[in-house]
Amino acid sequence: MENILDVKNLQVSFKTFFGEVEAVRDISFTVGKKETVAIVGESGCGKSVTASSIMQLLPMPPAFYKGGQILFKGEDIVKKTEREMQHIRGSKISMVFQDPMTSLNPTMKIGRQIVEGLMKHQHLSKKEANKKAIEMLKLVSVPQPEKRVNQYPHEFSGGMRQRVMIALAMVSNPELLIADEPTTALDVTVQAQILDLMKELQDKLNMSIILITHDLGVVADMSDKVIVMYAGQIVEQGTVNDIFKNPMHPYTIKLLASVPRLNMKRDESLNYIEGTPPDLYIPPKGCAFFDRCDHAMKVCKDYMPDPEYHSKEHYSRCWLNHPLAKDVRREGSVR
Amino acid sequence: MKKYLLKRFVMSIITLWAIVTITFFLMHAIPGNPFAKEGKMPPVVYENLQKKYGLDKPLYQQYLIYLGNLVRGDFGESMKSRVETVNDMIERGFPVSARLGAQALVFALIFGPALGAMAALYQNKMPDYISMIVAIIGISVPSFVMGTFLIQFVAKNVSFLPIGGWGEFKHTILPSFALGLMPLATMARLMRSSMLEVLNQDYIKTAKSKGLTKFAVIMKHAVRNAILPVVSVLGITISNLLVGSFVIEKIFGIPGLGMFFVKSIGNRDYTLIMGTTVFYALILVLMLLLVDITYMLVDPRIRLTEEGH
Repeated sequence: MENILDVKNLQVSFKTFFGEVEAVRDISFTVGKKETVAIVGESGCGKSVTASSIMQLLPMPPAFYKGGQILFKGEDIVKKTEREMQHIRGSKISMVFQDPMTSLNPTMKIGRQIVEGLMKHQHLSKKEANKKAIEMLKLVSVPQPEKRVNQYPHEFSGGMRQRVMIALAMVSNPELLIADEPTTALDVTVQAQILDLMKELQDKLNMSIILITHDLGVVADMSDKVIVMYAGQIVEQGTVNDIFKNPMHPYTIKLLASVPRLNMKRDESLNYIEGTPPDLYIPPKGCAFFDRCDHAMKVCKDYMPDPEYHSKEHYSRCWLNHPLAKDVRREGSVR
Repeated sequence: MKKYLLKRFVMSIITLWAIVTITFFLMHAIPGNPFAKEGKMPPVVYENLQKKYGLDKPLYQQYLIYLGNLVRGDFGESMKSRVETVNDMIERGFPVSARLGAQALVFALIFGPALGAMAALYQNKMPDYISMIVAIIGISVPSFVMGTFLIQFVAKNVSFLPIGGWGEFKHTILPSFALGLMPLATMARLMRSSMLEVLNQDYIKTAKSKGLTKFAVIMKHAVRNAILPVVSVLGITISNLLVGSFVIEKIFGIPGLGMFFVKSIGNRDYTLIMGTTVFYALILVLMLLLVDITYMLVDPRIRLTEEGH
């Protein structure tokens, strides 16, 4: 499969008053054509920073690329100027944001917001643009598009607004769509509609999707490949089947265990991972999951393990999976 | 929209009536009368004067007579000036004050929001510091200090700028500047803080992600949302500017409306006090209506609720 995006050893940091925060610490992954890659992990693990850095949407300063490359169809985005990025944003790469309630400009008509980017990229006339906006609203199944196109965001419900956001992102047939927690702010039934819509449009328009979420249900439903991030690093990566059926990193295992199940007993409490992720002002020398891991060993504290490949596409970074540690028993693991 | 305007019109009339009533009775509650300053006069003369201006009648009758005249647009005769009625005074002074005020307003409107927006865009950098220094000077230096300063250091050194007087455009430059500096500073500060808030909104990120230029993002998405707080103070600012400033007009020797406000009270010139107050209230109510309409045009969310859909 041809890769559309190739992230190599990406490092992104923020300069703050107290020092440098290493938000993304040396991550590498690829996104193939028509592939959906999910990035999962708890809040503050670097998912959104990764996504925003692919579009150079981070405020710089304080953020800066510390190292690595983001190759989009062979061209390095890290090196692009703001002006060059303006030709990529909204035309080749688009983004859907988390909160549809605040992501649309309250004082601008919906139709205008959808085609605004396209008008710039393709120099459309007003009439053509309006037609295109109606067409896009139809595509994302907003009823009465001719009327809706002239309305303002406050006249739309949350789910409808997210449809508008998707229309806005899709309008120029992007090759890559970055969806940053597109369903977090929506209720469950609407979530399913939005996800179905995204899948349907992906088939129609042949695009790749990077899906950022902490909802593992969404991941299982949508994605081909899963990247599990923790404290700015990738701790495990593999196909959906690898991650859900054969998780190898204790963090992944715990994440999966903390998904609420319908068949839980009433008095059973929800599982969660104790503790909080480490502060990235002073990133830990060894494995970042050390102080929350049930299986932590001496070696974990001081040395970060290298990726251990379980199959061609599935790897994890955990000393437990090191060839020398094969005998270590894993109690309480899902497997 | 029509229904809303009608409602606002009726409300405005009620507001005006309330202002007239309160001012009228408060004014008569102050000790003294229009003729107290004119030294001892024979009781007959005093009584005749009282009779001439209708001050011998019971207060409620005076009030009703005044209201009646007011409805006909007659502010009455000044109790101090023998030559001019109150209407004459306003007709003479208002165009002068309004022209000065309008120029000051244009000056403030052009530079205030722009300065504030620039400060926000370059937060904690040089342009920010410069605009905020200008704003702090504008807010904290009183207009009489600014006025005298301008005369002393600018008008005296720049030959085509007169130190005072009225008649040509050059006479209006310094007073407009002095008058406009305060609203300019207020608008700059308001604009800066609302702009900073807007720039952090998600929809700004959305706009950037569409590939718009920085300029387009700011002009099309940020400014329109950030200008709302500025619009909301505009009503009071405009009416204050239009009816004139006592201090500025005094310093630059401008025959505007401003001095009537102050003089009328010292003189207990009842009809002039009422005239200036009602006139100011009228302008204020009008401007507030204008601002509300502007608000509706800028923010579609308000349009909807106000129309009561």
